Amino acid sequence: MARELAAGELAPNAAHAEAQHAFPRSTFRHLGELGMLGMPYDEAYGGAGLPYEVYLQVLEELAGAWASVAVGVSVHVMSCYPLATFGTDEQRARWLPDMVGGTLLGGYCLSEADAGSDPAAMRCRAERTDTGYRLTGSKAWVTHGGEADFYTVFARTSDHRSRGISCFLVPGDAPGLSAGKAESKMGLTGSTTATIELDGVEILEERRIGDEGQGLQIALSALDSGRLGIAAAAVGLSQSALDHAVAYAGERETFGKPIIEHQGLGFLLADMAAAVDSARATLLDAARRRDLGRPFARQASVAKLVATDAAMRVTTDAVQVLGGAGYTTEFPLERFMREAKIMQIFEGTNQIQRMVISRHLQKDGAAASIRATRAA
Amino acid sequence: MTKIVVLVKEVPDAAVQKQVDSSTGRLDRSGEKTLNPFDTHAIEAALQLKESGALDVDEVVAVTVGPSSAVKALHKAVSLGADRSIHLTDDALVGSDVVGTGYALAELIKRESPDLVLAGQQSDDGQSYAVGAAVAEYLGWPGLTQVIKLDVDGQTLTCERQAEYGYDTVKVTLPAVISVGDAINEPRYPSLKAIMGAKKKPLESLSLGDAEIDASKVGEAGRKAVWTGSQEPPAKAAGELIEDEDTAETVEKIVAWLDDRKLI
Repeated sequence: MARELAAGELAPNAAHAEAQHAFPRSTFRHLGELGMLGMPYDEAYGGAGLPYEVYLQVLEELAGAWASVAVGVSVHVMSCYPLATFGTDEQRARWLPDMVGGTLLGGYCLSEADAGSDPAAMRCRAERTDTGYRLTGSKAWVTHGGEADFYTVFARTSDHRSRGISCFLVPGDAPGLSAGKAESKMGLTGSTTATIELDGVEILEERRIGDEGQGLQIALSALDSGRLGIAAAAVGLSQSALDHAVAYAGERETFGKPIIEHQGLGFLLADMAAAVDSARATLLDAARRRDLGRPFARQASVAKLVATDAAMRVTTDAVQVLGGAGYTTEFPLERFMREAKIMQIFEGTNQIQRMVISRHLQKDGAAASIRATRAA
Repeated sequence: MTKIVVLVKEVPDAAVQKQVDSSTGRLDRSGEKTLNPFDTHAIEAALQLKESGALDVDEVVAVTVGPSSAVKALHKAVSLGADRSIHLTDDALVGSDVVGTGYALAELIKRESPDLVLAGQQSDDGQSYAVGAAVAEYLGWPGLTQVIKLDVDGQTLTCERQAEYGYDTVKVTLPAVISVGDAINEPRYPSLKAIMGAKKKPLESLSLGDAEIDASKVGEAGRKAVWTGSQEPPAKAAGELIEDEDTAETVEKIVAWLDDRKLI
């Protein structure tokens, strides 16, 4: 179904919408009607109850046709994660069905202009009021900024660097909330990205997700799962680039034979295929761990790192396979290449992924040294 | 209350290179398979009749004759919105011709006694275009093929069918067998929930004996059409390529080309 939808609805519209920088709100509405905006969440709350392994395969299919849509679904799913995972039963029953089972679209407000890779440096404040909180500050790089129906916002409730941050569910039409001008970007131009200004946005206490001060923990936990979505989008994009390159290389002839039969090109395609397959393997490993309820944060970072680096290389090489044609907008490869770049940057730059992985290595180091001693 | 039976078939995916097995004369049906695309239009037509209230439909039943793998086509049919499905599968059915298949389907339909039978006008593999007509003949009901528009007034259907030149407008009274073309509608995508719920909808699996179908009229035993050989279609003459240098000029060339052949 995802494949048919991708081929029938997404692929034919992608190039035009991306060129027009037009946000495909109606496409997301359609996805919501088909039940595709809450795939990994509990059926009791309107989700589809799919394991991550399956949800990520669907994302792959979407990304191969239109990366902006796959990234949008991934961001939306991540925006629902704090409520779904840390909300009370009452909070979930009240808001989650519309968020995961309906056509609402979410945004995730964590980064700030001076707090991107280091979210604990955030300055956006949530001051206590009689009925709840007043949010003041600005949030940067918000996917669906200005288009979303709700935002999952992280803001400071005390000065404690890591334990002074809390998580809030803010309606998109809350008075005092406004979106800045959409960023002009290199790729994912169909997806809108904007700064969200919070100018004394009053919200009720019942909209705080988790405990006061638990925000950073929630944010990082959401990112662990979100990274899997980005890794899946990267694998889907790479697969699509490879498919286009192989199809072209089988038809295009130089020196009297299809270029795929020239070893230089054939080996390039082989390396691309190896990169796609190995990236998918890291993704599946992390997803299956998550589905089994085992720790997967390190594997999610490995998958995000490997899959997005692979996507950058595979899309770049795919342009090379098509030569001059690949550099034109007649083919989607140049767009794929621009889209791949952001994947190495958002939801934790690949430098941050290495930090996460090395911290896990250090934490697990004691166990590893015991194993090594035993083996000796 | 109205019941609609939709005839569906599992066919090789469009992307699969189709080949005839030269020893049996049958299509090699290995590889990726899918619900016949034309049948999705028949299902959509049934659902639109139900949802619009044009007919007071209480049930849409998908019916197929095919090997065990054909269950997947039925799952697709119920995920699109059919209420339940029936699968006739029996080794004795292997090698049935169009008339044999039509007979078996008609027998299944009699068990259901629906008011309307809808089918895709052709299958993506066999392409006989004739199963719907064979079914109508066995049932003794009016049968219309290549229908691309369907209006209901009480028990009367006004159908537009694609004819060789233009369209025929035909009125029929229910019960009837209608095979539809792909121009009739735009099939929906199944929702994720419907896909996941598909396996929970009732599926009845029948053998020839269960359905009291005469085994001598189907399969190898009952077939009247016998495959004797096949050959490649004759190669087409090379077409004429018009380079688009000046679009106005190109249009003139195309118009002149068509005019020469009295096509416009």
